[in-house]
Amino acid sequence: MRRNSARDAREESSDQVADMELPVRDSGDLANYDKDQLIDFYTSMLYVRRFEERVAEMYLRAKIGGYCHLNIGEEATVVGTLKALRDEDYFFGSYRVHGSAIVRKLPHGTVMAELFGKRDGCAKGRGGSMHLVDPERRFMGGYGIVGGSIPLSTGVSFAIKYRGTDEIVMSTFGDGATNIGAFHEALNIASLWKLPNLFICTNNQYGMGTSVARASAVTELWKKGVAYDIPGYKVNGMDVLAVYQLTKKLVEEVRRTSEPIFVECVTYRYRGHSMADAGKNYRTADEIDEWRERDPVESFRLRLLEGEIFTQKDADDIEEAVLAKVQTAVDFAERSPFPDVAELEKFVYAEDA
Amino acid sequence: MAEITYREALRDALIEEMDQDPDVFVMGEEVGVFQGAYKVTEGLLDRFGEKRVIDTPIAEEGFVGLGAGAAMTGLRPVVELMTVNFGMVAMDQIANHAAKISYMFGGRLKCPMVIRAPGGGGQQLTAQHSHCLDVWFAYIPGLKVVAPSVPSDAKGLLKTSIRDDNPVMFLEHLALYNTKGVVPEGEHTVPFGEADIKRAGSDVTLIAHSRMVLYALQAAAQLSEEDISVEVIDLRSIRPLDAETLVHSVQKTHRCVIAEEEHRSFGVNAEVAATVYEEAFDYLDAPIERVGGVEVPMPYSKPLEQAVIPSPEKIVDAVKKTLYL
Repeated sequence: MRRNSARDAREESSDQVADMELPVRDSGDLANYDKDQLIDFYTSMLYVRRFEERVAEMYLRAKIGGYCHLNIGEEATVVGTLKALRDEDYFFGSYRVHGSAIVRKLPHGTVMAELFGKRDGCAKGRGGSMHLVDPERRFMGGYGIVGGSIPLSTGVSFAIKYRGTDEIVMSTFGDGATNIGAFHEALNIASLWKLPNLFICTNNQYGMGTSVARASAVTELWKKGVAYDIPGYKVNGMDVLAVYQLTKKLVEEVRRTSEPIFVECVTYRYRGHSMADAGKNYRTADEIDEWRERDPVESFRLRLLEGEIFTQKDADDIEEAVLAKVQTAVDFAERSPFPDVAELEKFVYAEDA
Repeated sequence: MAEITYREALRDALIEEMDQDPDVFVMGEEVGVFQGAYKVTEGLLDRFGEKRVIDTPIAEEGFVGLGAGAAMTGLRPVVELMTVNFGMVAMDQIANHAAKISYMFGGRLKCPMVIRAPGGGGQQLTAQHSHCLDVWFAYIPGLKVVAPSVPSDAKGLLKTSIRDDNPVMFLEHLALYNTKGVVPEGEHTVPFGEADIKRAGSDVTLIAHSRMVLYALQAAAQLSEEDISVEVIDLRSIRPLDAETLVHSVQKTHRCVIAEEEHRSFGVNAEVAATVYEEAFDYLDAPIERVGGVEVPMPYSKPLEQAVIPSPEKIVDAVKKTLYL
């Protein structure tokens, strides 16, 4: 159903939003979920957490260079959104995209190898942290220019409509991207042409060190789609079930209607903007602690224990398996050679690929 | 062999490619219902329908980016910028997205998009609508840049551009749309990276592209009356640049003049001059002369505007200078 005015959209969205307020609210009875699925969510979040911790370590050991943006703190948003997609759906990322890549099941060794700048990296050492890619998994890339991938994502949804197939495009970006022109042009066109885009705004509270309130005249970011008659939703991005439940519903709604929808996931990054930022100048230690209390991975572990979905022994086993898996990614990256400098100019043009 | 206008040649190329390949579509401001701001796409909406001839909002960054995204899935968009000046609004999508899709993703994605855009001065369109910007695009590895001067090249290069798997900047010129020329009927393509000798000569090599080719030919005709034999080379393709043809010609004539419409400094002419110096320095009997636009934002007043744009007379003077006449 299309909203006819901003007011309708706001009222209707408000009714539908399960988690408008933080701290974490119960996002549904665990009994509604398949046990394996719950454990998969937990394992995936833990995997993102441990993978990123290892990436940070490798960065400090100078195995990884350049810009390096971590998803730590955002695991529920990453896992909850990506798990709602079908294999044939498309994904576009921003420059903070490691977590999305591994949840989308890019061979994780190729992700770590890319961060290492190695030949077997998913972008063959040409892209690095911000430009992970895997067309076979319809992971259409991470992009370094804020908002720049949003017009591209509407191009893929346009192509879906042109060919008459039923995939959708999940287009993800941060809070900062909602202030740039590309975002507004792309949302206008997506709505005007009824393109099957699910726009996911990961509101982690800061664009680098500038808070949402210091950068955006509208701080309820989900409202920004409403200007283009795109229904907006807001969800607690620290709660994987809340994110998954809403996203799953909306993915299928976008598929059914071929019309765009906008979701704001309210979350937080514990680390700085990048590995080069200690993340302390623009926020207080108390603020970071406050968010850590709602930690998406830890809170979900407690929920699964309380709900008797798994035991602490199971959790420990998962931890061990995840650490071992991360190690295999590191080993793969270490083993892979650097790209051949003789092939430096390969890939500039399609015919050289 | 029919004589048709540059505009008709472009339109024929679009129609033929759209007839052959359902993945080709045309998109841009006023390309459909309005029939094209400069009527290149006239009749296409009736022929191919709204699905393949798409009017966009005034949002160059948005629709150029959309074209690039569609191309990443294998469609072949031909995106029209109403003028190349609006390309500056879309520069992030052109130079920092489309051009880099192949490389930064290790060749795993490609972006077979054509951006057609007319430019150029001489119509009193003033400061914000008179650029050519060839060199802006040519600077970026990952883009291909062509700028045809005559109808046959317009048709042949556009067909090649549409079939190419890379983003191509197809630079047209407002002053050329009504010019006529013979165009081969049926299948006719022109390869990238091949300059064309538009007039053979032996005394001076005169290199130009787009409208300046016409001025260069006028200058050469005038100079022939003074028994000066000028070889006019049309670059056609700016990236990749056909250094070989330029160098061979200079090795023969020992003199070189480069005419470019846009500002004289930092332009295509600078790259061409450097190439000739690097590869044919020992053959030169005189310094290379560059003829370029005066370095001001384009003024409105007719005599002021005419004073900015290189003229056949200025080219004649430059040729004579290389002959110490």
